[in-house]
Amino acid sequence: MSDENGVIYRISGPVVTATGIRSRMYEVVRVGHEGLMGEVIELHGDKSVIQVYEDTSGIRPGEPVVRTGQTLSVQLGPGLLTQIYDGIQRPLPILAETMGTFIERGVDADGLDQEKLWNFEATVSVGDEVTSGMTIGTVQETETIVHKVMVPPGQGGKVTSIESGEFNVTQIVCSLDDGSEIAMMQKWPVRTPRPFTQKYAPETPLVTGMRILDFLFPLAKGGAAGIPGPFGSGKTVTQQSLAKYSDAQIVVYIGCGERGNEMTEVLDEFPHLIDPNTGKPLMNRTVMIANTSNMPVAAREASVYTGITIAEYFRDMGYDVALMADSTSRWAEAMREISSRLEEMPGEEGYPAYLSSRLAEFYERAGRVETLEGEDGSVTVIGAVSPPGGDISEPVSQGTLRIVKVFWGLDAPLARQRHFPAINWLNSYSLYPQSLAQWFRDNISQDFPEVRTEISSLLQVEAELQEIVQLVGSDALPVDQQLTLEVARMIREFFLQQNAFHDIDAYSGVDQQYHMAKAILTFQESAKAAIAAGAQLEDVVNVTGRTDLMRARFEEGYLDRMDDLVENMTKQIASAVEE
Amino acid sequence: MSGKEYRTITDVKGPLVFLNKTEPVAFGEIVELRLTDGSMKNGQVLDTSDDLVVVQVFEGTAGVDLGTGVKFMGDVFKLPVSKDLIGRILDGAGRPRDGGPDIVAEANADIIGAAINPYSRQSPHDFIQTGISAIDCCTTLVRGQKLPIFSASGLPHNDIALQIARQAKLTDSDEEFIVVFCAMGITAEEYNFFRSDLERTGALENAVLFVNLADDPAVERLITPRLALTAAEYLAFEHDYHVLVIYTDVTNYCDALRQIGAAREEVPGRRGYPGYMYTDLAMLYERAGLVKGKKGSITQFPIVTMPGDDITHPIPDLSGYITEGQIVISRELHGSGIYPPINVLPSLSRLMGGTIGEKTTREDHKSVSDQMYAGYAQGRELRGLVAIVGEDALNERDKQLLDFSGLFEDKFLRQSRDEDRSIDETLDLCWDLMQNISTKYLVRLDQKWIDKYHPSEKK
Ligand SMILES: Nc1ncnc2c1ncn2[C@@H]1O[C@H](COP(=O)(O)OP(=O)(O)O)[C@@H](O)[C@H]1O
Ligand SMILES: [Mg+2]
Repeated sequence: MSDENGVIYRISGPVVTATGIRSRMYEVVRVGHEGLMGEVIELHGDKSVIQVYEDTSGIRPGEPVVRTGQTLSVQLGPGLLTQIYDGIQRPLPILAETMGTFIERGVDADGLDQEKLWNFEATVSVGDEVTSGMTIGTVQETETIVHKVMVPPGQGGKVTSIESGEFNVTQIVCSLDDGSEIAMMQKWPVRTPRPFTQKYAPETPLVTGMRILDFLFPLAKGGAAGIPGPFGSGKTVTQQSLAKYSDAQIVVYIGCGERGNEMTEVLDEFPHLIDPNTGKPLMNRTVMIANTSNMPVAAREASVYTGITIAEYFRDMGYDVALMADSTSRWAEAMREISSRLEEMPGEEGYPAYLSSRLAEFYERAGRVETLEGEDGSVTVIGAVSPPGGDISEPVSQGTLRIVKVFWGLDAPLARQRHFPAINWLNSYSLYPQSLAQWFRDNISQDFPEVRTEISSLLQVEAELQEIVQLVGSDALPVDQQLTLEVARMIREFFLQQNAFHDIDAYSGVDQQYHMAKAILTFQESAKAAIAAGAQLEDVVNVTGRTDLMRARFEEGYLDRMDDLVENMTKQIASAVEE
Repeated sequence: MSGKEYRTITDVKGPLVFLNKTEPVAFGEIVELRLTDGSMKNGQVLDTSDDLVVVQVFEGTAGVDLGTGVKFMGDVFKLPVSKDLIGRILDGAGRPRDGGPDIVAEANADIIGAAINPYSRQSPHDFIQTGISAIDCCTTLVRGQKLPIFSASGLPHNDIALQIARQAKLTDSDEEFIVVFCAMGITAEEYNFFRSDLERTGALENAVLFVNLADDPAVERLITPRLALTAAEYLAFEHDYHVLVIYTDVTNYCDALRQIGAAREEVPGRRGYPGYMYTDLAMLYERAGLVKGKKGSITQFPIVTMPGDDITHPIPDLSGYITEGQIVISRELHGSGIYPPINVLPSLSRLMGGTIGEKTTREDHKSVSDQMYAGYAQGRELRGLVAIVGEDALNERDKQLLDFSGLFEDKFLRQSRDEDRSIDETLDLCWDLMQNISTKYLVRLDQKWIDKYHPSEKK
């Protein structure tokens, strides 16, 4: 028997052991008569242990196993955007075309359409010296996104030929004197981070349009955030809002081991939704990966790597990319499932001992970098976490929290009060406000960081006062503290609550966020003054101008009207003194 | 097809049988065992290699010895499917249980079921009126949804499931549902209750029943729901039926799963359940929905009894992570004599938002449901405070909310087992009850709906 071809020795669910091949770790192999795709994940003497990306029922020992010599890779080039893939980059529309409604096995599909012609415009000329990662030409991939065709890592030299025109992704568009022949498509092994020149400290926020996130717990472009929460607390809605409204240029959305209908919803919705940052359909900047809960677990394990590699590829073009993974817990569970089939020594709660290092490696692929070409690009990663019973003392939550700098903690009691987004403002945190402060000062307002601090300390004070209220009732508090409670309630109901399904409320620009926060502080100030001058708390709190100010956020053109609304409110409060 | 019989069993452990070297056996292959007393059992291959084969025996291994003959049937588990399934009662392994003839197959379908391509799905948006106010108003059921009942022992989840099966209808079309009912380890008494109710209402003629009872083999439960869902898929996607799948009790199913895991000496996950239970359950729950280009649909209504009334127990917890909401039954409400004792506060229908409104239910539905929910939530919370400080310490608003929470339970939740309220009746009832709160406190209601629907404020 040659080293290239072996046979199946054992099958246990998605894990197959083969003998007779001399494979390498993470090499892709073809398993069984149907040639199911698998990846070598362990070597034991003459046995190769393979995780198979498709269902293995009906496969028998003795069936062939064939090496491919390749590691698990994705195809990178024009055609990624607007596409929806399974965990191993098979386009779902192609699978639907060839297999119908249900995903049967044994079908191969290229990640990129190999026939489609793209208009390649060369940006270098014969004789130019090009190095790894340099742009040699561009393709208008979607209405909004220019796709840069780059020299693949490891190649470089003097351009010996280059041609603009209509090409498919495999045709050679450029040759170099080192012998490289460059097509628009390159391949990259998913488990290896793509190279860059250096990492920078993030200093620009990823603006999300969600008030509680941008204002209180901002995430930097190139940063990483974790969103843990029990079921029904809003992980998916939050991730989808981020995919819709955040000011990333490219969005990679991974549905990892979650519901099929949620991906369908994205597919239905995104082509009709307008990106508030470009005015063009959101789909133009989006790549989706859907390996739902009932699809093969090994492909689920691979899905996050497929996603992050695509994200890095667009980063290398100098784009700001945001990646959402819903849910990283399902990825971790896929690791656990495979690991237990391998009969590995389990760590905590049955997860493999390498869980935390895999999590760390994944989030480390986020970052703001200087690309090989010297541009600024970033990958921001936002991972949902689904802790059993909502208890974040479990290994995936803890492993995530050790790495990410932003923690958006969703909580069941808030969700049950229908306070959405149900992000708990008392235990969530962001370690970025310091490094982002300058950006907010320069772009929004000089006193932005101070206003932020004031709002968050009001919420802290409220929490302390609430403990007293629980014991004695709010009427027993002195009037100034009762006012503080009112102000905090306004922060919660007017500012923190935001309806993701409301056409207007769903997105709030940072400028508007700032003015809303200021309006709350203005209310506090004028109420204090009025009460000091003898007004009744009750009268001050109930002025219609305040209700009008709060209600109007659901209407178009809110920011423009705010000054008038605030002025009206303060006038009414002032006149409450005379009554 | 069926090859030779092996007598190479080396070990028997729990529901598992271990055999030495055989011809190559397929993963998932169906197995027949001939015991030394001549009786037969069935099983399925869980692990296969050149040296060793592991078989899980559906009927349990009682009576199996080293002399038991094992025959590999050459194929994975398939269910003969046909339109003739309608009106039939089958056992937990798919054999007729009603004394009728074998099913003449129009096709043989693999019971594991391939995943629906997310690209081929169609988003569910059709309102199902159940006639139960709490559900229709607050956790609206949608055709193609998977919406479990989270209940616990001794609570009337079966009555609710049956009431839904009887009353479920679309308001804008006369397409009917057929019921696929799947019993997993429930008692004969419970089963008879379901069966006679379906019989009484004539639904049985339009139903398919798969029945594994408490004294039937536990391991067989692992295939029963797969048979039921395979039948449902066939009827929905090959014959355009709208299928309502009721299966009970998911907890018994999970316990069978745990039993297999333990016998294989797998590393257990939380509370001894296997680490792959999420994936396993997803392979049932995700077999609900609508697909492009097909008329039929599968709506799932699983019943999950929460061990120890604990919603964080792995079975309801993992279910909630997969299903599109949950309807939670409350022991407290049941104790105070309210039927259906649905606690709307932890209940959720994830598909409701995209469904309700002018085109399907009524323009004021969202607003009304938000206000009813908020009013009840606040009223309930005040009950705790009143216990400490007394009702006199409450202000006017709080008093109204407190009273409202009582009315909510007594008038809105409470209805009889055969009371079928239309969505209009339900929403009108809401308006009627909300009159007990001053309009100025009804902050979740849009003014335009107050102007149009409020019994004493409308213009
Ligand atoms: N920001 C929000 N605005 C309005 N409703 C929300 C919001 N977040 C969550 N919800 C509600 O909560 C439900 C569950 O949210 P989801 O994101 O699906 O939870 P999870 O993914 O954590 O299970 C949604 O169906 C919706 O009704
Ligand atoms: Mg979710």
